[in-house]
This record gives sequence, structure tokens and C-alpha cells, in this order.
Amino acid sequence: MGFEGIGASVRRKEDVRFLSGKGNYTDDIDRPGQLYAYIKRADRPHAKIGGIDTAAASAAPGVVRVFTGADMAAENIGGIPCGWQLHNQDGSPMAEPPHPALAVGKVRHVGDPVAVVIAATKQQAKDAAELLAIDYTDLPAVANLKDAVAAGAAEVHDGVAGNICYDWAIGDKAVVDGVFAGAKHVVKLDLVNNRLIPNAMEPRVAIGDYDTSSGDFTLYTTSQNPHVIRLLMGAFVLHIPENKLRVVAPDVGGGFGSKIYHYAEEAIVTWAAGKVRRPVKWTAERSESFMSDAHGRDHVSTAEMALDAEGHFLGLRIVTLANMGAYLSTFAPAVPTYLYATLLAGVYKTPVIYCNVKAVFTNTVPVDAYRGAGRPEATYLLERLIDVIAHDTGLDKIELRRKNFIPADAFPYQTPVALEYDSGDYQTTLKVGLKNAGWDGFEARRTEARSRGKLRGIGISTYVEACGIAPSAVVGSLGARAGLYEVAEIRVHPTGSVTVFTGTHSHGQGHETTLAQLVVSQLGVPFDQVEVVHGDTAKIPFGMGTYGSRSLAVGGSAMVKAMDKVIAKGKKIAAHLMEAAVEDIEFKDNVFTVAGTDKSKTLTDISLAAYVPHNYPIEELEPGLDETAFYDPKNFTFPGGCHIAEVEIDPETGVVEMVNFTAVDDVGRVINPMIVEGQVQGGVAQGIGQALMENCNYDQSGQLLSGSFMDYTMPRANDIPNMSVATENTMCTHNPLGSKGCGEVGAIGSPPAVINAVVDALKDYGVRHLDMPATGAKLWSIIQAATPRMAAE
Amino acid sequence: MPRVTLTVNGKQHTVEVEGRTLLVEVLREKLALTGTHVGCDTSQCGACVVHIDGISVKSCTQLALQADGANILTIEGVAAADGTLHPMQEMFREHHALQCGFCTPGMVMTAIDLVESHPAGLSEKEIREGLEGNLCRCTGYHNIVKAIAAAHPLMHATAAE
Repeated sequence: MGFEGIGASVRRKEDVRFLSGKGNYTDDIDRPGQLYAYIKRADRPHAKIGGIDTAAASAAPGVVRVFTGADMAAENIGGIPCGWQLHNQDGSPMAEPPHPALAVGKVRHVGDPVAVVIAATKQQAKDAAELLAIDYTDLPAVANLKDAVAAGAAEVHDGVAGNICYDWAIGDKAVVDGVFAGAKHVVKLDLVNNRLIPNAMEPRVAIGDYDTSSGDFTLYTTSQNPHVIRLLMGAFVLHIPENKLRVVAPDVGGGFGSKIYHYAEEAIVTWAAGKVRRPVKWTAERSESFMSDAHGRDHVSTAEMALDAEGHFLGLRIVTLANMGAYLSTFAPAVPTYLYATLLAGVYKTPVIYCNVKAVFTNTVPVDAYRGAGRPEATYLLERLIDVIAHDTGLDKIELRRKNFIPADAFPYQTPVALEYDSGDYQTTLKVGLKNAGWDGFEARRTEARSRGKLRGIGISTYVEACGIAPSAVVGSLGARAGLYEVAEIRVHPTGSVTVFTGTHSHGQGHETTLAQLVVSQLGVPFDQVEVVHGDTAKIPFGMGTYGSRSLAVGGSAMVKAMDKVIAKGKKIAAHLMEAAVEDIEFKDNVFTVAGTDKSKTLTDISLAAYVPHNYPIEELEPGLDETAFYDPKNFTFPGGCHIAEVEIDPETGVVEMVNFTAVDDVGRVINPMIVEGQVQGGVAQGIGQALMENCNYDQSGQLLSGSFMDYTMPRANDIPNMSVATENTMCTHNPLGSKGCGEVGAIGSPPAVINAVVDALKDYGVRHLDMPATGAKLWSIIQAATPRMAAE
Repeated sequence: MPRVTLTVNGKQHTVEVEGRTLLVEVLREKLALTGTHVGCDTSQCGACVVHIDGISVKSCTQLALQADGANILTIEGVAAADGTLHPMQEMFREHHALQCGFCTPGMVMTAIDLVESHPAGLSEKEIREGLEGNLCRCTGYHNIVKAIAAAHPLMHATAAE
């Protein structure tokens, strides 16, 4: 075995089981005596429920019970809670309408759960659901932001005037308006951040289990954060105390944010299991995923930049409408505010910024965090705006960025929108990015492409994001109803092997490998003697889970802290065994040494003494070597970098081919370079998907048009280029690892780079801006519309 | 109920099925071979790919009755009996061609058929086109393409021995 600590591209521990079909995903679990749930969903966007006749369904073969919203309401079951409370500009709280697990009185989006049929087989439950007679009276619906805020629009919730959830702002509008009044240039851009459907490859699954002897409930679920689900569902929905509720999230097949939230189906199966006193399993069909997993993005914005004659940014003014969907999902209110508006300084020293965000209810699936969450929206807006500034003023797009960068010697840097960046070096990531992408040789490639009849373009984006969420006191002051620390328990076993219990959750990130590498480096325990356990509230002390690229920066830091405690206790035991002063004990590479002597004890000697305390300082020290730490981060972390896309467009078809993609990211300390590259590649693919093909479409009436993989265009192998991925790292200054996070950078930096490249390719066609996705049909129309004009010129 | 007889990973099974039962449901629910996954309901994602008589097939798009008498290989049967990984599995691990692992079984089954059916070699473009029927949301495909290219010479060297 070679080096397997921090910095080594160790092959993953989890791979052998995944590669041989031995993963343990939620749908692979069957409980003895298990029944199956089928959830009847609204087939219309907005309707009053006059009544539900369940008689025929209840009498169908195999059916055990049918429940409706009225049954849950009769037992005082709570609504699905929201985890953040935002406030309006006038200080009043946001509108927070009820969100029943099964609809009560009205349905508000296609896919809204209306009833659940529980039967002996999946097919019987599904067949019986066809027999439910639901008396709907259709109501007018609002399917998009523009319609929802129009005068006289139908209201999604009674009493939420104008469908406004909140009207929030950051920055001093009067000051910013003043700067605009005196500016040499003002450049304005209207843009849309297209709505996406996350589509982790594993559909959601939930199994409720009720132990009739103990009265304990267990929920097996496809979740990124089992403790959060236990807290939300136990405390707010089903009123089950934590000691009677266990939540298990085993192997989870991708999340990208969509598996953070507490979903109605989790509460339905857990509650129903108690009612029927048997396990109840629900597995989403993909069609259900499309209309019930939280969607992402969906902003409509107007952005304006004020500049001086040389192109220095003087002020930024933004108005954004953000779609919440029909109900507030767990994190939804925070995404277009604290994860978006606070990032609008980007990598630039823009001195004043004002942003107004109105969050809007519509008759669509709830919208929440999707890979990047708010930061892709901020980055897309800024990086498109800068290219449009270059277009309108004739200034060079690279120079414009360079001259406005926050310089490397300015950190820590306080932005005008609340965040304090701790470290970064944007000139370096830009310089390396330009070099790796061969930016200077581009015009030759454009000319060569033209000789083949292709339109070639290149586009850049330089970005920063905030992750490693987050200091509890800070997020608490911003409306979070939870702390965002992380927890780790390090159990050194009697013979020296180690089990790590982490409150983070791996659903593709490779924590079993990366977190084990931390133990290799800090405790010197061999890689194959370290096991990482996650995803079970019965095993892990506590945890806030995995999202916002927090697992290493926050969860890894908790591990460092717990291992520090292990070492500190180990030194006391070693001092006793070697009859030395504690201050004279040193620990390195698995060995405790008395400084300046050849006396030493291995960690195994110490752990054995701790569990077999025959010769042990039992008066001062408890036996055992098992330490837990809670780590509350001091700040967010701020990864950043430079993404460059190169495209070719066939003017005959409008089809875009991604020919090159270059990423140079600053992710802080890298533990496993192979895994970091993989995270960036995957994020970039999702960003390319957003930029070129993915789009969630509702028709005017609120029907979901892109409701299957046949209608929603997922990137396939042939749509994604080979990528050049590199890092140029500066260290995070406030956590013990120096790590910033790498899970979201790909999806944050890439969409504007791609669209900037598409616009560059079309520069002879008079294109200033176009909205995502840049599909072949859209580009073909643009090219066709411009061609006669060009021929005439 | 009708009965079907299948040979799966070398072992013969006879099971009762409904007319509408899909092959993937038999594999997962009757034979407890849960390595084969279901990622969609429109035959798009490829997480359910198995080999039927040596050819990669989406097992969500076959009725169990259609497979009566067939010889089926699932992801559980790909490694050697002693656990030694197949070269394709080994190269997926070596090149970090999987993250969450959910699409992986179908991806590996498709990739093995792709390489076996192209003994003369595979260009990058052919590999990407050959993965048309398999979706992955985690990796961006980059490392999957690399793994398949790396497995090609290993598989054909093994075959030549």
C-alpha cells in the first residue's frame, strides 16, 4: 500500500459493493410483512376537492386501507414544515401557508398528493387508486412567475395577496440609485434562470416501519440528512419524540439537493405504518419524481451595472422574481436570498449593491435548492452581465474582469452584501484557466471552424461561491430554524482500528474514502482499518447532513476536533504508562513518544490500555477511547475559479457541440484529487445541461409538459465533452483542514461560460443575449431570422 | 399464474408471474437480485440493463414471460466466483467512473456488451454513442468513457488467452 492520507488519489472503498450489485439502496430493503403504498396525485394544477369516494378502492383486491387528507387532519397531523423564515422589507414575516402531507380542501399543483392506497402488492395499490373518485372543481391557476404577479392573478393560497411569499431586499437603494445617476455607463440586462428538475438517478423511496412491541417507528428513506428528517417529521408533523423514531438513509443514489427536504411521502408511510401496524413501502416511479421532487432555479431578473469611463464597476442594481412553487419546501426561502443576493459581489470589488427579491407562489411543484442553490443564479447573472457590458461598451471581456477583481492581497475581504471572503486568488485562476484553455490561440480555431462551415465561440466565467454552511448564529439571525454545525464520533477500538460516525451523508461523494483519509493522516491508522458510518440516527450522535458542499469543511473539521480529543486523552494514558509528564508526550504517525527519548507506545498500545484499564490512571481518566465533537464553522468557505467553454454551432441546424471545457477551481485543501476531479466533472455536466438542454416546462394552464426523460432532456454521454479540470488552491483560513468544498463549483461556474461561448459564436448574427437552454431549435431560429438581414447588408 | 423458467447467473429458477410482470421485477423482487436498478418508467435511463443470451437489454422493457428459457447475466454474476472483479468493473474503480453507484450496474452491463461487440477497438466517439441508452447524473461521463477505453484491451487480451 502506498500513501493513503491527505492528498492521495486513493481508490474508493465503496466501489466494490456498487460495482458488484451489492449496494444497499432504500428500494433494496424489504421489511417482513411489508405492504405497499401508492400515492394518488392531483392530475390538475388547482382545484377544490368536493369529496373523495374511497369505497370502491377500499374494496379492491389486496387493499388494506385508504387514507385521505381528512384522515390525517382528524388525527391532528401537522403540515410539512419550512426550515427558514424570511422577513419582508417592512419587517413582517413571510407568508407561510399550510402544507398538508395529503391535500385538504384543495390541490395546488400537478402531483400534489391527494390520497394513499395501501395494499398487499404494488400493483394492487396502483390498480385500486384508479378506483378513487375525486370530486374536483377546477380553479384558475398560475403556472409561471409572470402570470402569478400580474394584476388580478389567481391566488395559489387564500390570503396570500398577489401570490407574494415575501418581498425582501439587501443594500441601500437610495445610495445605489445615486451612484447610477452619476455613472458614465449603465448597462442593463433582463434574464431568466431556467427551471430545472434535479433527477438524481435513484427515485425517492420511503419505508415506514412500526414495532408493535416497543412502539418505535423507523423510517428508511432516500435522504441527504436523516437527523434533519427525524427532527422535522418527528417534532412538527407526526409528534413522535426522537427516542421513538429512527431514520435510516442507507446508500442513496444521488441527491443534488433534491433529497435534503422533508417530503410528504416520508410522513405518510411512517404514519400509515402505525395505523396498519405493518411496514409500508413507497417507491416513486420516475413520472412521480418529475412532479414531486423539488425543482430548482426559476428566476426572472433585471440586472443593471453602473460603470465609469474605464469600466470600473461602480454599483449593481438587481430585481429578481423567484418561484417558490405551490408550497414552501424546507430550504426554499433561503435560496434566492441568502444563497443568492449575498453572492452578487462575485469576485469583483463593486462597492455598492442593491437587490430586491420577491418570492412568488405558483401552481407548480415546490422549488428549492438544486446543486449550487442560488449561487449558480448569482453567477449566471453577473457573468452574463459582464459579457453584455463588454458587448455594449466595446471593452475587452477579460480586461473588464481583471480590472474589477478583488486583489489577492485584499483578503479577508468584506463585500457590500454581508459576506466576508477569507481567501482567494482570482487573477491566478484566470491566468491558469486562459492558459489551459488555449485562449490566445482561439481565433485560429474559429477561422478553421469557419472553413468547415461551423460557428465557433469561446466563453468565460470567473466566479466565487459560499459553501461549507454555516455558522449557526449567523444563519439563525438570517431566519434558519436550525443550527448548521456538524458532528463526528471517532471510536478507536481496543485493538486500534477506527470507526468514524459522521453526521454528514454520502450519496456519491465518496465519504467512506475521503473521511477515512483524514484518519490516516491524523491518527496514522492504516486506511483499511478505518470504517466510516453514516446515515442512521440510531448509530450517529447527531448531524445536519450533506448539502452546500459542507461535508469536508464542516464534517471533516468535526472529525479533526474529535481526533484532537483522542490524541489528548491518548497522551495522558501514554504519560501514565511511560511514567512521563503529559507535556512531554508527542504524537506522530500512530506513535506516542516521550520527547527526547526512545520510549514510545503505539496508538494500539494506548487503546488496549484504555479498554483494559489494569494499569491506568483510573482516578483521573475514564476508560475507553471514543470521542465526539460538534464543530460549528466560523464562516462560510469561498471556493472560486475560472471556467472556459468552447462550442461549435452548425448554422444549418442550430445544434451546439461542446468542443472543450476547461475548469480551474480553488477548492482549498484537496484530500483526494481523483474525487475532486470527479465532483467538478459531474457539476460541469449539470451546468452544461442547464445551459444547452434542460428545461422544466409548464404549459399556460399549469400542466407539466416535461414530465419524463422523453420530454426533459438529460445530458447523455455524447452531449458532454472531455474536460480539462485543474485546481489552483488557496487555503480556507478558518477551518483546521483548509478545505473549502468542491461539490457545487462545477454547476455554479459553468452555465454562463457556455452561454457566453454560444453568444460569442453568434456574434455576427447580432446576438446580445439569449436565455438558457440554448437548444438547436432556438439557435436555428435566431440564425434564420438574422440571415436575410445579413445577406441584405 | 403462468410460470417462467430462467437461468440467471448460471442458476436455474422457475417462478410464477403475472402476465404484466416485467423481467426487472422478477430479478429484484422474486430472486432478490437487487443490483439491477429501476431509474425510470420510460425505458430511457438504462439502470436496469442485463444481458439476455449475451446481449445487453433493458430489463424494464421486457415482460418476464418473454424471457422464458433465456440465459440471463446480471451485475451480480459479472465478477468471478472468488470475487475477482471483471476487467470492466476494475477499470470503473481505477478511473473513478462511478459516484453514487445507482446507474453503475446498467452502465457496466452496457459497457461489457459494447466492448465485446467491438473486438477491433472503440473510438471515444463510438463509446459515447454506445452509451446513448444509459444516463448518469453524477460523473459527467468523462471517467466512464475513460474506463471503457481502458477495459477494451484488457478484455480482448483476456479473451485471446
